[in-house]
Amino acid sequence: MILTMIVVSVLLFLALEVNIESVAIKVLGPYSTQEQRDIWLQAHGYFDPLVVRYVRWLADFAAGEFGESIRFRTPVAEVLGPRLINTGILAAATMALVIPISLTLGVLAGMREGSKLDRGISVSSIITTSVPEFASAPLLSAVFVFWLGLLPGTSGMTDGFSILQLVMPVMVLVLYDFGYVTRMTRASMAEVMTTQYIRTAVLKGLPYRQVILRHALRNALIAPFTVIMLQINWLLSGVIVVEYFFAYKGFGALLLEASLNQDIFLIEACAMVAVFVAVTTQALADIGYTYLNPRIRFS
Amino acid sequence: MASTTDAPAASRTPKAQPRVLRFLSALGLIRESPVGVIGLCLVGFWVIMALTADLQLAAGLIFPPTATLMPLAFPGAEYIVPAGRMVLNQPVADVCQPILEGAKAGQFYCGTFWLGTDHIGRDILSRLIFGSQTVLIYAPLATLCAYLVGVPMGLAAGYKGGWVDDVLSFIANVILSFPVLVLYVLVITLIGASGTNILLAVTFASAPGIMRIVRGLALDLRNREYVLAAQTRGEPTWRILFIEILPNARGPLIVDSMLRLGYTIITIGVLGFLGLGLPPPNPDWGGMINETRQLMMAFPHMAIFPCIAISSLVLGFNLLADGLREISLRD
Repeated sequence: MILTMIVVSVLLFLALEVNIESVAIKVLGPYSTQEQRDIWLQAHGYFDPLVVRYVRWLADFAAGEFGESIRFRTPVAEVLGPRLINTGILAAATMALVIPISLTLGVLAGMREGSKLDRGISVSSIITTSVPEFASAPLLSAVFVFWLGLLPGTSGMTDGFSILQLVMPVMVLVLYDFGYVTRMTRASMAEVMTTQYIRTAVLKGLPYRQVILRHALRNALIAPFTVIMLQINWLLSGVIVVEYFFAYKGFGALLLEASLNQDIFLIEACAMVAVFVAVTTQALADIGYTYLNPRIRFS
Repeated sequence: MASTTDAPAASRTPKAQPRVLRFLSALGLIRESPVGVIGLCLVGFWVIMALTADLQLAAGLIFPPTATLMPLAFPGAEYIVPAGRMVLNQPVADVCQPILEGAKAGQFYCGTFWLGTDHIGRDILSRLIFGSQTVLIYAPLATLCAYLVGVPMGLAAGYKGGWVDDVLSFIANVILSFPVLVLYVLVITLIGASGTNILLAVTFASAPGIMRIVRGLALDLRNREYVLAAQTRGEPTWRILFIEILPNARGPLIVDSMLRLGYTIITIGVLGFLGLGLPPPNPDWGGMINETRQLMMAFPHMAIFPCIAISSLVLGFNLLADGLREISLRD
């Protein structure tokens, strides 16, 4: 995990900072003179050997010194912090809806494989995962914002935090996301239902309710746990589109803005944060999985 | 030596004919899954649209996709437009026939905007149809590139094991640790937005996923008897990988490729939507949604039809994958 982070940082460094001329142009603007660029590069130690620069860069990063954003003219950390909190709120609200909805639907569908309910849930989850966010966002806002006029169409949060402005982005994310987790839960539940201990429980004459709640659920919910943890990683991608569409001031929109404006230090910080979150959730998923399923041990 | 290489080649050629037939009959199997049939119909519809786009244009059924005709027309509006401007607003049937057949034939656009026009007056139906060409060229091509890179890597990693596996798996892990869209945005802004670069970015981002799947399959297959037999015969490694292992791993890969195609279509759409896709004059579904969403309040049709188009195509591939999986599980 730490090795992955280091390799990613090397890649980022190589991609963005090796060509020092372009770094200077990005920071000082295209109309700066060669002399100005050289002075700036000299002042910031860009003429040192590559390895020295990389180690210094990494040390700054570890200390939270991301440099100054070219676009916002403030330290990157100051821009990044509030944006991360906003995205955290969005992600938490989405997860709070996705987890109960998809687990319930998945268990209901997997309980009796091939039943009408199962077919219905499976097909509708395929349909919702086929509508990408950038298509469902206009469709949903056409209905709820323009036609019914119930909700605000943008989520800029200009006059403070507002729950109402959070509804549309969360709805779009939930709609796209719940199908996948539902299908995974359904597959896991269906697999458990074919095992011998369930057959034994049924043959023993236990009430069906008890078979499901006491015997099947516990085992069926192990696999979805990993999927849900990995969804956090996926949410980081998903929020880019949704935040862009609804003008929500979050991490995804920031990353996009930084990339489009070649805001080099902001890009580096955003990418490292994204990878850090992704790697951490992956590690947590692995640890949680071994904890939940004692049959698995990593050697 | 020459005889040993000739013999299998000679025995393979007569088999080529039945193999094509076998593939067609496998396609016929899709009939057994109603979900798969619906998927095939949706995909087939867009494929036909993409293939006949130029014919439809030549036959005068649709307007040219980049011509600016009549801004902000609602679906079903009928217009006759010379040289880019509207002059008449009369029922098409009354005026169109003399124009299309008379002395000035070919100088006028004449017809109905079935789905309306966008903010600068381009026909939405025609842009959807030509947009399907863009999507159906780039998405399969990008998926194919990703497979061309991912499959050999996966086969090598799964079959060879050892340090080859360690190195390749580590590279895959690093790339997969990026959230997908973050990776696309970074790569595209770094190398610029163009058709080739979209292909490169998709290949770079999805090859590791394919590699992981193929690696798992190869790990499973490498101890089968026919692989051991090939090893004993002294077959070169590439032959064992591509002739013995790969064909036997095709089932899951076909299903995966359908899902991945749908996903690549979404990706290309997202890039277009974020303004990182193909440059503007190209009709591109994601770009169409982005260009018109600001005006959705008054003219919802401009964004809704591209949304429906892209969703139906992705849905088609997903249903097709589901149908294929259902059939492959049944055997």
